Amino acid sequence: MSKEEMDKTAKKKLIDIAHRWYDQMTGGGVPSISLPTRTKRNIEYDDESEVWKYGDRESVRSAGNAKSALHLLKMAYVIWFLKKQILENRSSTLRELYYISEGWKKAKFGAQDESNFLIEDLEILTDLQREAFHLRPEEDGATIFGPLRLKEQTRRGEREIHCQDDVGEAGYQIPNNVESVEFVDHDAKFIIAIETGGMYARLIENGFDADHNAILVHLKGQPARSTRRCLNKLNDKFGIPVVVFTDGDPWSYRIYASVAYGAIKSAHMSELLATPKAQFIGVQPSDIRDYNLPSDHLTERDVAALHAELTDPRFATDYWREQINLQLSLNLKSEQQAFAAKGLDFVTKEYLPARLSDMGII
Amino acid sequence: MSLADELAKKQRSISVAEFFEKNKHLLGFDSPVRGIITTVKEAVDNSLDACEEAMVLPDIFIGIKKVSGEVYRIIVEDNGPGIVPDQIPYVFGKLLYGSRFHQIKQSRGQQGIGISAAVLYAQLTTGIPTTVISRTGAATPAWRFEIQIDIESNEPEILRREEAEWDRTHGTRVQIEFRSTLAAKKRLLDYLKYTSIVNPHARIRVEMDDEAFLFERVSDEVIACPEPIQPHPHGIEIGNLKRMIVYSEDSLEDFLVNGFARVGTKTAREMCRLAGLACEMPARNLTPAQQKSLLDAMQQVKVPAPPTTQCLSPIGEALIVQGLEKEIQMDFVSARTRPSSVYSGNPFMVEAAIGYGGKLPPEGNAQILRFANRVPLVYQQGACAITGCIAGINWKTYGISQSGLPIGPLLILVHIASTNVPFTSESKDAVASIPEIEKEVTLALQELGRELKTYLSRRDKSRLQEDRARAVCAIIPEIAAKVAEIVELPPPDISPIEGKIMRKLVTRRETRDGKVAIEVRNYTDQKGAVTLYDISPDTAEDATIRPDFSSRMEQEVTKVWQVPIEPGSVWRVEYTGAGGGSLDIRGIDQKYIVTVDLDV
Repeated sequence: MSKEEMDKTAKKKLIDIAHRWYDQMTGGGVPSISLPTRTKRNIEYDDESEVWKYGDRESVRSAGNAKSALHLLKMAYVIWFLKKQILENRSSTLRELYYISEGWKKAKFGAQDESNFLIEDLEILTDLQREAFHLRPEEDGATIFGPLRLKEQTRRGEREIHCQDDVGEAGYQIPNNVESVEFVDHDAKFIIAIETGGMYARLIENGFDADHNAILVHLKGQPARSTRRCLNKLNDKFGIPVVVFTDGDPWSYRIYASVAYGAIKSAHMSELLATPKAQFIGVQPSDIRDYNLPSDHLTERDVAALHAELTDPRFATDYWREQINLQLSLNLKSEQQAFAAKGLDFVTKEYLPARLSDMGII
Repeated sequence: MSLADELAKKQRSISVAEFFEKNKHLLGFDSPVRGIITTVKEAVDNSLDACEEAMVLPDIFIGIKKVSGEVYRIIVEDNGPGIVPDQIPYVFGKLLYGSRFHQIKQSRGQQGIGISAAVLYAQLTTGIPTTVISRTGAATPAWRFEIQIDIESNEPEILRREEAEWDRTHGTRVQIEFRSTLAAKKRLLDYLKYTSIVNPHARIRVEMDDEAFLFERVSDEVIACPEPIQPHPHGIEIGNLKRMIVYSEDSLEDFLVNGFARVGTKTAREMCRLAGLACEMPARNLTPAQQKSLLDAMQQVKVPAPPTTQCLSPIGEALIVQGLEKEIQMDFVSARTRPSSVYSGNPFMVEAAIGYGGKLPPEGNAQILRFANRVPLVYQQGACAITGCIAGINWKTYGISQSGLPIGPLLILVHIASTNVPFTSESKDAVASIPEIEKEVTLALQELGRELKTYLSRRDKSRLQEDRARAVCAIIPEIAAKVAEIVELPPPDISPIEGKIMRKLVTRRETRDGKVAIEVRNYTDQKGAVTLYDISPDTAEDATIRPDFSSRMEQEVTKVWQVPIEPGSVWRVEYTGAGGGSLDIRGIDQKYIVTVDLDV
């Protein structure tokens, strides 16, 4: 779709929302919108696309009470602003949008979370991505290191980059808009997505990418949309298997879940962001036991998070039930860098190769 | 000379006055700050008691003025019955002299220590004698006294006694000068404010350092003076029993029957039998050991509870509410007077009130007002059984947060009326913990708590409705304006939406393509029928619902429909015409009506 067509669609879909309210009001009705309930109780597995999406539960926001009326007013202001932005061919970041609302009196946002959430609502209502509204996240994309060649459309023309030969020690930085990147070719057997910067650097230093023909992706904690989109595209285009390597605690399992199944917050675009074939490599609770890793006791919050995961449909598999219950009975958690206790080479020479061959990848 | 002889020289009895000079804290004179409050309190208590006995509405004046340096002159003047001249020196110049000590009835002062302690305090700090003026009626002159106390003998010293000019026909005025400070001015005013709350029949005027305050009376009802009753056998102590025996001329049986409440011949004989004493022996011949076994026997025999109504004078629910409302602005206030009850033979009665919201401070602990026999208790709140009861109640049940004491814009008043309020000490600051009294206080507060809860939930409900109304009045018009800007159309008319959300009866007329449509939508919970008046040039001959009445006057046709309404009902009529003219609805409260005329 050309940029002009894209803009036209986005503008029309936004105005349609306002039109619905206008018709409701002229008909004597209270303006309202209905949106899927965005909680874990309302995400369902879609067999066809193999990702988790929002289910049928909907909540209606009607201007009949002050809180929802205010929400609708804010949405009206945002639609008005986005329509103008698209017409004037300008763009802004999510953070800028939050600051722009300063001048909107009652419709001013209290925190950036609120404006981000509202943009996600608009994505759901229009079935478009926020980039279509000329909105950018301000967060950094993650970095890639490994045998991969790609082309990026930059402001100064097209650049072709090899993610081992043409980049520094830190790797290639994924841009916010992954749609401007074209993956050309690769020489990789698998992609390993890593939670912490320390472990990412350890794998580069130990030459893990060269030894195993691996593409290393640094997730930087809970991964940004662009990082997830990037993993999705690589897996989709080249069919390279993806493994996720995180700490061994409940919060890290959620990082894996958002890569593999999509996040609850963005379940409306799981198809673009999730990589359902991604596999969890570790740290598994059974690794803590088997390798006798240095560990900490679970806190009350950890235990609560583990119990919450037992009721999360994304974790409703035998593998996860077994591992989570094991962790609860061990009452322990370990960081991925805990492998350093067995020597700096242990993770790249022993642990990862053993796990990868177990999983049938090497 | 032996050591014992040596010591004997130093051993001597000390007078009561001397004792209290050394133990000022027992009477509330431990600091100059407190001295002023205690003096005013004692004088005002006396004045109110005197007025009550004389059945007059109290009119009390209090003057506090700095004379020099740290010396303050305190004047308290009332319109009570006055004191006969011969008694004046004893009332003000002798400790432990009073009329109420031996009576069993509810009164403010009890021991006869208070005001003479103030006289003593003045004498010790400034050496200035106390001036008293009193007059007992229009026919008699007023007398003016200057009095001190002989510390050695606890006898009054009269420095001056003379007839005086006084504009009051009856009453008493006392003027005391002592070393003090007005640091506790707010506390003093609070004390008077609280006094006025529980004495709504009193007018109290205050002049303090050239500032004037008035606590006006709200009730013109003279309160009935409680009648004294005889002591109850279960409430008597050995000292009092001895004193009664000394003055008795009766046989033991008659002494018991005549001297105590609820004791008849049968009960008296039972007591004598248990004590192993003859009924006929003269009471005054009892030996100390026999007196003790008599007292024990009196406790063992079952005796009905003493009469409670005549000796107690509760304030009453209506007057407590009036008293509170005149001094403190609140959104909710309710009071409860519990039935009278008895502890250890002493009748008592508990009254309580709860106030919420208004000008009460929204944060911090609830304000607690404690009263005993209509006297505010301002010190030692933490040591008081009333505070204990309040903290012991689970206020969260009534929608009030709590951390020990309840928290929020809450006021709790508790009044204990008794012939003998059990205090923890002589300074009468805190009520002792007596299970019977605590039970009554708790019950009264729980009853009020339930009422408060009902009020709060009703208020929350109406807040919800206000919330809806706010959304309509403030936000929807802005949504409408913004949405119209986005779709580039004129702003929609939102009054029917307002009607829907604010629960009104919305009448709407619209003319389109030569057809007039009138719609009556009922969003209220009202039912019945309303009358619709439609005045326009249209004849409405083809109306889908025929008008109940129609008449032409020159160019205009008045069409009248009876429109039945039910909650949620919609009524609609259509006819051919050009619309315009006027539209009117009658038969329902004006506040429910919203009329939207799209033709005008």
